[in-house]
Amino acid sequence: MTTWTSPAISSMRLERPRSLAHALDLLEADRGLTPMAGCTDLYVGIHFGSLKQRRFLDLQPLASLRKIQKRPDGTLVLGALVTYSQCLDSPLVARALPMLASAAKEIGGVQIRNRGTLGGNLGNASPAGDTLPVFLAADATVVLASARGVRRVPISQFFLGYRKTARRHNELITEIEVPPIAGKQWFRKVGTRAANAISKVVAAGVRGEGITFALGAVAPVAMRAYAAECALGSALPLSEAHRALRSEITPIDDLRSTAAYRARTACALLTQFWSETR
Amino acid sequence: MRKILLRLRVNGAHHEVAVRPSATVLDVVRDTLHLTGTKRGCDMGTCGCCTVLVDGRARLGCLTLAAEVEGCEVRTIESLREGEQLHPLQSAFAECGAAQCGFCTPGFLMTCSALLSRTPTPTPEQVKDAISGNLCRCTGYTKMYEAIDRAAAQMRTEPAREPELSSREAVSGGSR
Repeated sequence: MTTWTSPAISSMRLERPRSLAHALDLLEADRGLTPMAGCTDLYVGIHFGSLKQRRFLDLQPLASLRKIQKRPDGTLVLGALVTYSQCLDSPLVARALPMLASAAKEIGGVQIRNRGTLGGNLGNASPAGDTLPVFLAADATVVLASARGVRRVPISQFFLGYRKTARRHNELITEIEVPPIAGKQWFRKVGTRAANAISKVVAAGVRGEGITFALGAVAPVAMRAYAAECALGSALPLSEAHRALRSEITPIDDLRSTAAYRARTACALLTQFWSETR
Repeated sequence: MRKILLRLRVNGAHHEVAVRPSATVLDVVRDTLHLTGTKRGCDMGTCGCCTVLVDGRARLGCLTLAAEVEGCEVRTIESLREGEQLHPLQSAFAECGAAQCGFCTPGFLMTCSALLSRTPTPTPEQVKDAISGNLCRCTGYTKMYEAIDRAAAQMRTEPAREPELSSREAVSGGSR
């Protein structure tokens, strides 16, 4: 029998925690331990050699992180291990955060949706992560737990740089809290093929009393377009909002698209958001 | 490397395997259990060739750790036909010419069987969405849509088929 094994994977070490407390103790004790959830990005990184870590903490045994709940104050609480399929099946998500359901529908095929997790999308912090604009537009809060306690970080302060987050090495993302949202929610992903392509540009927005608009893949981090929001909110002509948007994004040329296309598309998405949420 | 002992249920049979902690479901079904119908395509979650059912849902064997499916019911392409009787999806794929080189076919069949067991009368949109995670470079998909329609129609006229559950206890000492 010939057995094919990726040399990278065969050198992996895997910790399987018995409980959340156990997982947090393991993280506290070992700085080099990387949490893994659905592995949809992580395994690709290992195979391509772009991920140097070799010691992993498998979060799948932590069933308590798979829940979708609504608190009495209306806050939607999404566990870090909630999958995209769960989001699509959840009446709570459909009611409180339909733009998340829209995003989940465009992430991967069925198999990836059955596997990929919200906590993984946040923790991975790809600038093109499809749910990140949704949580930015929703003003969500990331709940981080460590053996020393719990810390709540507003999502606007969570992404620090390219694939860099506010999560410390001894912390786990346990939940995402989404406050009640008043207003129309909107989501759009632009890519070559919905199920198999990473976004060229992705955007989400809320239009109600306030206006929020967030974008992915136009800067090193997923970002709120505060200047564009401000222009829209002060009833300036759309061309002013476009100018504002172009001034705050920093798109790049890469294998998926060009900076020029991304800037133009970001403006087109802003126009579409504004006309479709009227 | 330290190995772990897993008790897995695959196609109704129990297996005890000793594997590396990082072994995937794909590694175990192909290399330890020698169920080679499940294909290793891209090994990065793009092509869908390694699709198996875990508790009835389509999952990628290449991105799922074997340790995670302990206590779950895993089904591979080998369990789809009943004895000599092909599953309606298999017959329909053959009749409609929905398989050409055949490498992606096991993955499509497993994805489609998950779809039809949850949604016996899928709309064209639902079919399209269900197979969006499986890539085929030969057929152009049109014949697959025909085959899935045909199989769905046939399955609706037949009494629901329960997968045959074998109580056979197979113990294999895997070397991975």
